[in-house]
Amino acid sequence: MVEHYKPNKYKAWELTLEERFQEVYPPFSEREAVLEANRCLYCHDAPCMVACPTSIDIPTFIRKIATGNTKGSARTILESNLMGATCARVCPVDVLCEGDCVLTADHKPIAIGRLQRYATDYANEKGIRFFKAGEPNGKKVAVVGAGPAGLSCAGELAKAGFEVTVYEKKKWSGGLSTYGIVVFREPVEVSLAEVKMIEELGVTFKNNIEIGKDLSFEQLIKEHDAVFLAIGLGNVPEMEVPGEQLTGVVDGLEFVEETKTESLDSIKHGQRICVIGAGNTAIDCATIARRLGAERVTMIYRRSEAEMPAYHFEYQFALKEGVSFMFLTQSVEILSNAKGEVDGLKCIRMDLGKPDASGRRSPLPVPDSEFVVPCDMVIKAIGQNKPTGFLAMLAPFGVEQVKGYLKVDEGNRTSHEKIFAGGDCVRSHGEASTVMAVQDGKIAAASIAKQLLGAAKPLAEAVSKR
Amino acid sequence: MPDLSIDFCGIKSPNPFWLASAPPANTAYQIQKAFEQGWGGAVWKTIGAPVLNVCNRYGTIDYKGSKIIGLNNVELISDRPIELNLREMVEVKRNFPHHAVIASIMVESKKEAWQEIIKRTEETGIDGFELNFGCPHGMSERGMGSAMGQVPEYTEMVTEWVMAVATKPVIVKLTPNVTDIVLPARAALKGGASALSLINTINSVMGVDLDTFELQPNVGGKGGHGGYAGPAVKPIALHLLSAVAADPEILKSRLPISGMGGVETWRDAVEFMLLGATSVQVCTAVMHWGFRIVEDMIEGMSNWMEDKGFETCNEFIGKSLPRVSSFGDFDLGFQSVARINHDKCIQCNLCYIACNDAAHQCIDLKELKITDEAKERLWPVVREEDCVGCDLCSRVCPVDDCITMVEIDTGRPHITWNELVKAKPEVLEWDKMEAYRKTANIHIH
Repeated sequence: MVEHYKPNKYKAWELTLEERFQEVYPPFSEREAVLEANRCLYCHDAPCMVACPTSIDIPTFIRKIATGNTKGSARTILESNLMGATCARVCPVDVLCEGDCVLTADHKPIAIGRLQRYATDYANEKGIRFFKAGEPNGKKVAVVGAGPAGLSCAGELAKAGFEVTVYEKKKWSGGLSTYGIVVFREPVEVSLAEVKMIEELGVTFKNNIEIGKDLSFEQLIKEHDAVFLAIGLGNVPEMEVPGEQLTGVVDGLEFVEETKTESLDSIKHGQRICVIGAGNTAIDCATIARRLGAERVTMIYRRSEAEMPAYHFEYQFALKEGVSFMFLTQSVEILSNAKGEVDGLKCIRMDLGKPDASGRRSPLPVPDSEFVVPCDMVIKAIGQNKPTGFLAMLAPFGVEQVKGYLKVDEGNRTSHEKIFAGGDCVRSHGEASTVMAVQDGKIAAASIAKQLLGAAKPLAEAVSKR
Repeated sequence: MPDLSIDFCGIKSPNPFWLASAPPANTAYQIQKAFEQGWGGAVWKTIGAPVLNVCNRYGTIDYKGSKIIGLNNVELISDRPIELNLREMVEVKRNFPHHAVIASIMVESKKEAWQEIIKRTEETGIDGFELNFGCPHGMSERGMGSAMGQVPEYTEMVTEWVMAVATKPVIVKLTPNVTDIVLPARAALKGGASALSLINTINSVMGVDLDTFELQPNVGGKGGHGGYAGPAVKPIALHLLSAVAADPEILKSRLPISGMGGVETWRDAVEFMLLGATSVQVCTAVMHWGFRIVEDMIEGMSNWMEDKGFETCNEFIGKSLPRVSSFGDFDLGFQSVARINHDKCIQCNLCYIACNDAAHQCIDLKELKITDEAKERLWPVVREEDCVGCDLCSRVCPVDDCITMVEIDTGRPHITWNELVKAKPEVLEWDKMEAYRKTANIHIH
């Protein structure tokens, strides 16, 4: 009974490690889901649906929960978004569907994300499958990268009868949903269940295969009628400060990955941790560190609160978790003790100057303001490397780029006729998100179908009507 | 995928969901939009006698935060010219030949008037008629609608007039505003009707404004009875449907029934069909949310049929009718008691106070010491030997599956009241009843 209200009663020190890494929000009980669903007005031309990048028919899926047609609810969601279970957990709902709920003006918005999770989990737990592989059309498509964009594209194409092979350099598929979303937001099982659903549509997964290393791109494009690139981005870039190679300095994404793939008690962490950066991954690292048991976690960010790229709800979550923030602070050097272990982070105070190219005010160092934050671990989470190597490999094929990202048209086609791309690797401006990656996959699948089959084929219709 | 199509006395429909004769079925525009979204049929808003409407036409009951639990109206039959309605019927049938289009008719009680409009309407190519013997407001004061439906002889007479000229199936729509709905139903049967539909709306006054003393709906300071519909009337509709559908004469005639009255979801529709409706008609839910609700109705019913292993609607239409019975035939030996699951109980104690104040005082508040709380609150506990099995506690309990009614064997004889009074007529005297109770192990505390 009290299970349900844990988020309000959360006391880390009273919980086991496993309990601390359960999903932050418990699943809705049937009663909660039905009560919440009945609160939905079932608006016509609903703004929540307009706000969803994948245009899920939200009022309809919620009404179906209310009428007891939970299976149909899941179908409504997955028809528009095959990664509905992931998106239910990781979408920034307060700036998308829930942010636009008309009830926000009146009292409080409908908990759309949690209702979506209720419906998709219901279908998943019951092993319900809504889609089948389409009648084979003889066309072969390669998808590079098994993250949300790649899975979405592969699934939509398989539904339309394409023979799809997904190449993934990691051991498991799912991309950041599997490796990069902190486990108390999305357990690995949720992402892997989505992979399984795509696999059951007849999609072949070739894991541990890196294009350009294990298989040449030339061969890939020769053997397929179209290629969809959903390669994502790279590791966390170098900070280019002295001390970066010291023991105790870790890549934020690798840190998150450890909590998704290793047993929690085997993860080594410091007690006084500095996290560099203020994006969503940085928040993940900081909150994970707290839940692993780190006593003091400080986020170091060179701009102010107003410029931080993390979602506001993530920032609030980090504050609630007891993470402290040092804004307008730039790390300049990682210090070590005699044993070569991290024992401090030298920082300098910053001020905000004139707006830079990104439109944000650029941070400028305050002279003579250096100080040291004592710490035994530094986690770097200052973004991800652009896919420079991959782009260099594609250049001979005439694939163009914008600011280090793949250049695509509105149908997610690159400058090469047979090559399409989507997800974070094309997000040259604006925020990247899972739900946008899923939509890229859908758009690319529709473009591929249109190009290879002609406009009147089912997938093109299915996708264009949404 | 189960087959939802139905054959309603020869009227074919891709699914059992029809728009009821009401404002949503006023024009070709609306009906065609509804068909495009999945509705299987529509009963056109009643055409017939010339009318003039008033404003405001609706009153509603909102209940604890939910809008439109009940809806009442004083709108009349179609106020559009008959020619226009007939022209549009042609258009709809042309564009949707495989959907059910039924013309609802109401004219004054004259043979010529009825027969003329039936003949004219039939030329449009519609699939059948529904005779509006149910409208309880405005028309009834002019001797039409429920004024006809309330007198079985009129119902029979007008049905006969219509059947004499109609070549398409004729559905007689019954009013619930009668003491025994079986009588007009049998009258329609006797008049030769091809089918029945029920219920029309129920006489109602929706409310009074405490500040202005005006009635709702308020027509320029005055108000009166109007027709009540919506989710609140469903139990009444289900009762009247089951009474008609289980009537031996109607059963024998195999007249199909179109059920309506508070159908809002696929679940409601399934209930109507289990009690003998072949199609269901919907109005209030569409007035609240639009035609789009039909997608969930179709999908929800299909999913349910799949789960239950039904491939066609006929496999479950009327499936619960054999269970329709009456008090005299209930098993007096069936005994249930309430059991409270203390793992689920949240100690609101509503079951306790309901039992103590309004039932039979057989729930106690007791110390159980089943939590770690130092000062544990008392728990409701059923004294099973005294529980009469009335079921009130489980009805008030706010937690799903917390209080369940469990069947127990008390060794009482399994006998019905009718059997008992036949075998032992003496129990109709109180002292003999007491004596019987002792032998039957029935103790009233």
